[in-house]
Amino acid sequence: MPQHTFKVNGKSVTVDAPDDVRLLWILRDILGITGPKYGCGINVCKACTSHINGRAFNPCSVPVGQVGPDDEITTIEGLPATVGKELHPMQEAWLAHDVAQCGYCQPGQIMAAVDLVKKVRKEGRQITNADLDQLRNICRCGTYTRIREAIRDGASKM
Amino acid sequence: MSIDDQTAPAPEESGRRLPEMSRRRLVGYLVAAPTLTVAVRLGLDGVAAPPAEAVVPTLPGAADLFDLSDLLKLAAQPTSNLIALQVTSDGLIHFALPRAEVGQGITTSTSMLIAEEIDAPMSHVRVTLAPARPELLYNQLTGGSNTTFSTYGPIRTAAAIARQRLVKAAAQKWGVPASTLTTRDGYVIRADGARLSYGSLATAAAATTSSATEVHLKSPDQFKVIGTPRNRVDARLSVTGQKTFAMDLKIPGALPTMVCRPPTVNGKVVAVNNAAEVRAMSGVTHVEVIRTGVAVRARTFGQCISAIRALDVTWGPGTIGTKSDADILAEVKRAELPMVVPAVPLLAKTIDTSFTFWFAGNSALETNCAVADVRADSAQIWGSFKSPITAQQRVAELLGMAAGKVKVNVTQGGGSFGRKLFYDAALEAAEASRKMGAPVRLMWHRIDDVRQGRVHPMSTSRVRATVLGTNVLTYEQRHTSVKTDFTHGLGEVITGHSAELPVGDLGWSETVFALSQMTHYNYGVTTQVLNEVDGGFNTGSMRNIYSPNVAVARELTTDQIAKLMKKDPLAFRKEFARDKRSIAVLDRVAAVGGWGRTMPAGTAQGVAIHNEYHGVTACLVEIDCTTPTVTRKVRDAYTGPRVTKVVFAVDVGQVVNPKGLEAQMLGGIMDGIALTLTSSVHLKNGTFLEGSWDNYAYTRQWNVPPVVKVIIMPSTSHEPGGAGELGVAATAAAVAAAYGRAVGKLPTEFPVNHGQPLFFEPKPTVPPVPQSPTNGLTFY
Ligand code: FES
Ligand code: FES
Repeated sequence: MPQHTFKVNGKSVTVDAPDDVRLLWILRDILGITGPKYGCGINVCKACTSHINGRAFNPCSVPVGQVGPDDEITTIEGLPATVGKELHPMQEAWLAHDVAQCGYCQPGQIMAAVDLVKKVRKEGRQITNADLDQLRNICRCGTYTRIREAIRDGASKM
Repeated sequence: MSIDDQTAPAPEESGRRLPEMSRRRLVGYLVAAPTLTVAVRLGLDGVAAPPAEAVVPTLPGAADLFDLSDLLKLAAQPTSNLIALQVTSDGLIHFALPRAEVGQGITTSTSMLIAEEIDAPMSHVRVTLAPARPELLYNQLTGGSNTTFSTYGPIRTAAAIARQRLVKAAAQKWGVPASTLTTRDGYVIRADGARLSYGSLATAAAATTSSATEVHLKSPDQFKVIGTPRNRVDARLSVTGQKTFAMDLKIPGALPTMVCRPPTVNGKVVAVNNAAEVRAMSGVTHVEVIRTGVAVRARTFGQCISAIRALDVTWGPGTIGTKSDADILAEVKRAELPMVVPAVPLLAKTIDTSFTFWFAGNSALETNCAVADVRADSAQIWGSFKSPITAQQRVAELLGMAAGKVKVNVTQGGGSFGRKLFYDAALEAAEASRKMGAPVRLMWHRIDDVRQGRVHPMSTSRVRATVLGTNVLTYEQRHTSVKTDFTHGLGEVITGHSAELPVGDLGWSETVFALSQMTHYNYGVTTQVLNEVDGGFNTGSMRNIYSPNVAVARELTTDQIAKLMKKDPLAFRKEFARDKRSIAVLDRVAAVGGWGRTMPAGTAQGVAIHNEYHGVTACLVEIDCTTPTVTRKVRDAYTGPRVTKVVFAVDVGQVVNPKGLEAQMLGGIMDGIALTLTSSVHLKNGTFLEGSWDNYAYTRQWNVPPVVKVIIMPSTSHEPGGAGELGVAATAAAVAAAYGRAVGKLPTEFPVNHGQPLFFEPKPTVPPVPQSPTNGLTFY
């Protein structure tokens, strides 16, 4: 069986699995990293949103054969370490606004939020309502309004 | 968002005597145990029928006197066994809540009740979810927004007795009278300032023999925790990805398992034509036929998906054949009961309205799932269950075991909205685990959840009102619906208490309807009746059962009546509302929302009220139906009209956690918007066409109102009402009213876009699950 080596949350890992198994299952079912959630498996709900080499992606839609030793994957579990703190400022903002209800979507929401802030920074501008309107992450508990407030707050501290 | 902290009393508060449960002497039990343990019965407090103080032309309906939450509280009384609170030597206070936490915040509010009465920080309180406890009978059902209502008195009583006992233990240790001691922050404090921690007293305070004991609870003016905004106790776990849901559990050997499902609703397996071939696929360990399809167990869920797609199955017909939306609507229409308007003067004018509510999906973001480990003579199940006792019984029946041999563990749930009253995945997991002889971690694919999962039933609501001058003489509402499934335990609650209910001998659905639909307006002779047709569908409630639909019909008809009388919708409602608290919430939303301001063409305001679960709500909405807005583009999405402002006021009696209440209202608002504007499932040839969140258009960020204000009214009662579903109905109705005014036409079907051409390409039914994309590195 093919072997795959890549980095997850700062550590290099090697797994035996067929090339076409999507990364979400490698993370959850084989490595036991359960922060990224399953909500659709087809790149729609965004509950599994994580980062690869610093930008957001959906591991449910990436075969493990497409990643290599230089690829650095960050899940919600590894987000605080990217800023060398116990919690990332976006997580702090989520706590300050008491965003979560059931919490199932929230790891994905936070990873998408961090990515959005980085993206608009790169474009040299501030987050607008139109940017927030484009976020695709489903929250079936309907916490959207608090998510918007927390993102603006978290952005100001990133 | 804002919390209304204005303290001006609501208009009716002054002259009314409120039931003062807080001053009653309440009884609990000291239990002989190594450290301090106190037990109480759930549902300790009597059912206080709200005083029917108003003298009005409309006689109160059943739900006005005694509603669904009273029923669930009644159910919690005589049958319930004890629930226990324990203080351990480390100072922690433990309590296993016999309810399911699915996001509604009850572990937080329960921690607050305990912290309040025991005088300890919330961080010392540990609330866990109890496994199925058959001796609690009806009293382990999380539904009808009943948790806080049923547990408010009992949990506080347990904490207050524990506090009393800790004080007594400290008094003995110090040799001073207990009356000279006080408590704060988890300590007993002596007059000179010396302190003893609860942990250090936990053993001394323990009882050596069990006995009943009495205690006074704090009065609301002494509250330091209850009524103050608190963050969720599990917030940090949620934002760090550590909150553990059923599929995150690491049960040894419980490999991923999925089910290959039929192409039509509840279709049956006739033959599996290539089982051996699929069993030989990479990672696959088992392929077995179960009652709902073909279960596949593999090393990863990805390999389950590939195996399901490779299966060649011959399917038999399901329970609805090849019917489509129009067939079911015709069946519902045939079952509509006639109006029976009493004789009214000849000059009276009649208003007739008729509305259709299409099927809607009640999926949570976490799909149906359960872990099962079935052995020869015992079984263990893990999952989020709101009716774990019924789940335990059904699993035991399926396995042919005594219920006592089946342990049902309740995990944290990723949303419910009615879905988790059922345990469909638990039954499948148990069956698969038995047939495979191995533990399984069974999860539904998203498309399974939409197509074969439970739906909120299609219904129609017809209203006839007669109006003479400035009086409404009669109001009749006939609600006709595809049958709602109540076999999750609530049905048994109704049967068990039928003699005590004020509605006579009705069926389960009719009882729930009669107990949940209150009379909102002084409309003379008022009748509201439900009739159902059995359609062979898998149904369930969806953040309420009938109310959002009934409310939309009632409030739209109310606007028509107001129009006939040439009255402003807000002024009309204030004039005709039966409950004075409705006038107060209407006044607040009108003032904060700027009711009556001039709106540009294609945009409009709407207003609505809804009362339920001892709570009263009003909602003001502004909507934008202009062409540029309705036709705005978002990739793979339905956009449509945009609600631009929601102002929602709620009076729910004693508020335990204003932040939690606000969050519940906010969620209800998002649901109400979806129900009216965007979210339904389309039935075609025996299958639902939707298959993902990009097909089933629940509210997304591009639909979220830029302005949302939730106003929590000052408490008008010392008892807490339910809140989990309370935000939906008034919002759905106000959005419908605003939409109708913006487009200049009364909407008659919901969601309003159901009849438009589909905005997505339906996924195939064979194979039943889509393969995951492979372009995730470039497409986000
Ligand atoms: S599970 Fe990956 S986007 Fe839904
Ligand atoms: S918090 Fe429950 S789905 Fe978002």
